[in-house]
Formats: sequence, structure tokens, C-alpha cells
Amino acid sequence: MTTFTTRMLRSRYSVGLGFLAAAVVLFVVAPAVLSDFRLGLLAKYLCFAMVAVGIGLAWGRGGMLTLGQGVFFGIGAYLMAMHLKLADAGPGETPDFMALISSDGPPWWWEPFRSPAVTVVAILVLPALLATLLGLATFRRRVRGAYFAILSQALAAAFAILLIGNPATTGGSTGLNNFVGFLGFSLRDPANRLMLYFLAAGVLLGMLVIIRQLMVSRYGELLVACRDAEERVRFLGYDPATVKTVAFAVAAVTAAVGGALFVPIVGIISPNDVGVVPSIGFLIGVAIGGRTTLAGPVLGAIAVAWAGTTLSEQFPSGWTYVQGLLFMLVIAFLPGGVASLVAIRRRRGTAPGPELAPTKGGKST
Amino acid sequence: MTDDLTIEGLTVSFDGFVAVDHVDLTVDAGDLRFLIGPNGAGKTTLIDAVSGLVPATGSARFGDRELLGSKVHRIARHGVGRTFQTATVFEQLTVLQNLDIAAGAGRSVRTLLRRRRDTPAAVADALDTIGLTGLADAPAGILAHGQKQWLEIGMLLVQDARLLMLDEPVAGMSSQEKTQTGRLLQRISGDRTVVVVEHDMDFMRSFARSVTVLHAGKVLSAGTVAEVQADPRVQEVYLGPGHRSAEAAAIVLGKDVT
Repeated sequence: MTTFTTRMLRSRYSVGLGFLAAAVVLFVVAPAVLSDFRLGLLAKYLCFAMVAVGIGLAWGRGGMLTLGQGVFFGIGAYLMAMHLKLADAGPGETPDFMALISSDGPPWWWEPFRSPAVTVVAILVLPALLATLLGLATFRRRVRGAYFAILSQALAAAFAILLIGNPATTGGSTGLNNFVGFLGFSLRDPANRLMLYFLAAGVLLGMLVIIRQLMVSRYGELLVACRDAEERVRFLGYDPATVKTVAFAVAAVTAAVGGALFVPIVGIISPNDVGVVPSIGFLIGVAIGGRTTLAGPVLGAIAVAWAGTTLSEQFPSGWTYVQGLLFMLVIAFLPGGVASLVAIRRRRGTAPGPELAPTKGGKST
Repeated sequence: MTDDLTIEGLTVSFDGFVAVDHVDLTVDAGDLRFLIGPNGAGKTTLIDAVSGLVPATGSARFGDRELLGSKVHRIARHGVGRTFQTATVFEQLTVLQNLDIAAGAGRSVRTLLRRRRDTPAAVADALDTIGLTGLADAPAGILAHGQKQWLEIGMLLVQDARLLMLDEPVAGMSSQEKTQTGRLLQRISGDRTVVVVEHDMDFMRSFARSVTVLHAGKVLSAGTVAEVQADPRVQEVYLGPGHRSAEAAAIVLGKDVT
């Protein structure tokens, strides 16, 4: 199936059209059709989609079941939140929630994030660094499959506990909230909120371009090879640990960027957004959409988040069950996700013969 | 630099069980050496040790480079390639992609991050050598068993392995496929050093340039096919003690036993 997906990705014409369509929908249609409130929600879903794109690469193409993306999402989010709190407080001042607890001022490791440039660099570099260390430590020891999944999930749990355990510096279980401005712009102004939405849409499209390039490159082929026969790759002279670590680090960065944009868009980040449950939640959309494809994880993540909001407006506690049921149904009956349905339909539509036969001319019946 | 494989005092033990016991073995550059022996003789374990899959003591040098103690992918980069009893190819990728990956261990990051635009010359040559040019764009998963083995050999060629170690390459092949494989091995040895672990005695007799017989982890006999077949110790191992009749030996080891 993947070969087919790769070939689908190869047809540059349709991919170009797809990007164009996505850009039109995101930049023209959505702002025209949706209310400010709904557009804000869509911006939030786009942040989840950024996490999903990375999971698609690491899990779909690389075979790493990352159940702990909440950690990287959280690192990006908390770094951004710290910067916003410091910026709101003003130069040299202490953020409001800290001032309530003690008069010592912010701890030393908060100080660098007064600078927006340092914050942005840290959001990109820290998750990549952490993922590289983790990846090399685990993949070198040939930890994979369920063991890797459990390890990454334990990490997400530990991260949430760490945040809750330090209310004086991380806001504890309430997290960080009440942000006033974003890089000097007021977050209360609807025009600025629209700009934030456009920023999220642009960043997501940019990520898709980068991830697609990774998928169709020689590296992408090598990653699939590592997923399917890691030992064989080793005997060809590659170190699969390095190959997998790169994908894992890229996934960590997309998750962190999603987290960083989530903070000004949603206005709050708390351990509830980064722990075990949200980490699994990130995965559901990817599985439903089709983890080995480029668009599948994005569309899946947006659809699941959208359905979640809509359904919980109607049936407040019902969504959790529906989500679980959907996940089970997809894993059991449609392991390739909805994308595999599209693939099957296309195959039936275009090439009636065996897949290898080149289609000549345009005389399809 | 000569491409001799020199093994001295190689020993592999698993929890006290000695699978390979002080084996000395030299394969000259360009040889087509067959390793034969009854089940449990340590043939596969020997090439596992040389390719870095299992830890071993002693020495295994390829050219002037000591292989023991290095990691699998480092040994592979030094020009040592191997296949396994069950053909392992990347089934989701095409034949061309399989070969392209095999050819790429030394690629720079920049090349890796780009798309493959054409077929590298080495890959085209290998496709031709293994006779799979017509199937270049087919997913490797749909290949017949024999074709997968050829693809694996092709991957070793583009990987630029100068020492090829093949583990039962003709197991499960039709006799026609076996002949094609044998000719392929004869063609590629000469430029490269080839070691074949094999149970198929007909295949061995038809294509081996030299033979080493292993038994219970030790070298029992070595030489040309005829020399090994004539060795009474080999006949005893294969036929059991007391069965030294030339007729019985001929059944197992081949008809031209003298």
C-alpha cells in the first residue's frame, strides 16, 4: 500500500493542486464562512494537526508508535506561555501568578525567555535536542514497538506530574493562562486573533511542504525500509538508530511548534493538555486519517477535534466513548485509515488491470 | 589491499555451549567457497560472527581490517555483505528503491534529503546482472522467492560488498533457478570473494570452487570438491560410522566419489 501512496505523492500535479486547494480553503473560504469563534476553534485544530503531521512521519513512515508527543507539545507550549507571562508583566517584573506565591521573582531559568528571539529558538531547538538524546538512547539499544510506546507514554505522565508538582514556577495543575499580548499585539483584538489563525495556517502549510519533501526523498525511502526490516538496513551499512532519530526529532519539533501556537490561540496551557490522555488523543486523528499518508493525519486530526467539540456541545460526556470506539474500529477494520479507502477507489477508477500495467492514453471507461 | 578473509581461532559460545570452536579458515580473494556440514555444525554462526551479529573471540580479518568487535553497520561499510536464510527485502518498496537504498550507505545528508531523479549506474548494472530490469518498478513484495534472493544478491553488489556471505541462497528454488543462481555466483566471484553456506550438495558440486566442511563447530576438511568428497572423515560424518562404502557416499556426496 505504501508503494501506492508513494506513487500518489509522486504525481506532482495532483499534489500541487492539493496544496492550492488547502491554501484556498484555509485562507479564503474558512475566514469568509466561519464566525470568529469557530475560526478560533479551527486555529486550535490546526495546532493539533501540526502534531499529527509529525506523528505521521514518525509512526506512519518510521514505525515509531509515539504515545508521548504531549511532552514536546508541552515544551513548546510552556516555553511560549512563559514568554507571554514575562512579556505581560513587563521588563524586570514578576508574572502575576508568581507574585501571589512569593516575592522572590521568577527563577533563573525563566529569565532567558523574556526575549522573543530566545523563546522562538528554544521552541525549535530544545524539543529536537531532547528527542535526539531520547532517540539515540532508545533506538541504539534497539528498544522498539510496544516498549518504545510505553516508554514514551511514561515520559508524558512524568512530564505532567513534574508540572503539577511545581506550582510556584509552572502554575501547577491550573497551568499558565490570562495572556494579554502576543509579541506586542493585544490578544483581545479580533483582528489580531485572525492574524494568529493565518499564522497557524501558514505554518501548517509550510510544515506539510517540508514533511512531504522528507517523505519523497531518499531519506523517506530509507525510513520506510527501517520500519519494515530494520536489521536488513543495518547490514547495508546504515545505522537505523540515526535514521529513526531524525524522524523522531522532526516530529518533536512539529509538536512543539503546534504547542507554541496553541498558547496564544487558546489562551491557556495546563498539564491536562500535555499528559497521557491528550498524547493518545493526538494519535487518534492520525490513525483515522491514515498514518502513512501526508494529508491523512492532518485531515484526521482536524476532523476528530471538530467532531469532538461539536459532539461535546450536544452530549457533554459522550465524546470520549465515541472517540474510543472510532479508534478501535479503525485499528480493527481499516488499519490504513480513511486514506486507504481513497487509495482503493482511485485504483479501481484508473487502472482496471494489474497495478504494474502502465495506463496508455486516456480511454478509461 | 587484498580481499582475503582470514579467520583464526574463531570461537563463539552461547552460555557455555560452543557453537564455533577455534576455527581457522582462509578464503582467498575471488574465491567461491562453500561451507557445508550437518545441521548444527556452526556454519551460519560462523558468518554471523564475521558479520558482527554475534560476539566472538579470536580473529576475523578482511583484507587488513579486523572485523570482530565492530558494529554491524561498520562491518558492512567495510565491504562485508551478507544475506539470510529467509530473503529479507523491503517489501513495500520497489525493486529499484531496494537497490538504491543498498547503494546509498555513504551518501551525504544533502543527497539523502533529495528525491531520486534517475537510476544510478551501479543500480542499473545490478538490475541487469540479477535479471530484474523488467521488474524495477514492481514492489519487492510481489517477487517470487527466487527473485527475492537475486534481489538480495543485487543489493550486495550495489552495496559494493567485496566479501559476500550467502546463507542457503538456493533453498526452495526450482532447479532452473538454482542453475541461474549458480551462474550468477560464478560471474560475480572473481571480482569479489564469495562464501556460501549450503545444504544442497548438487548445487555445491556444480558451482563450488573450494569447500570447507564444518562439523560440531570445527573444521573437518577443506579443499576442492573432489578432495572433500574423497575424505573418509567427511563420509563418516555424513553417513555415520561404519558406512564407508563408496556407493553410499555417492548417494549423499555425489556420484564421482572415488
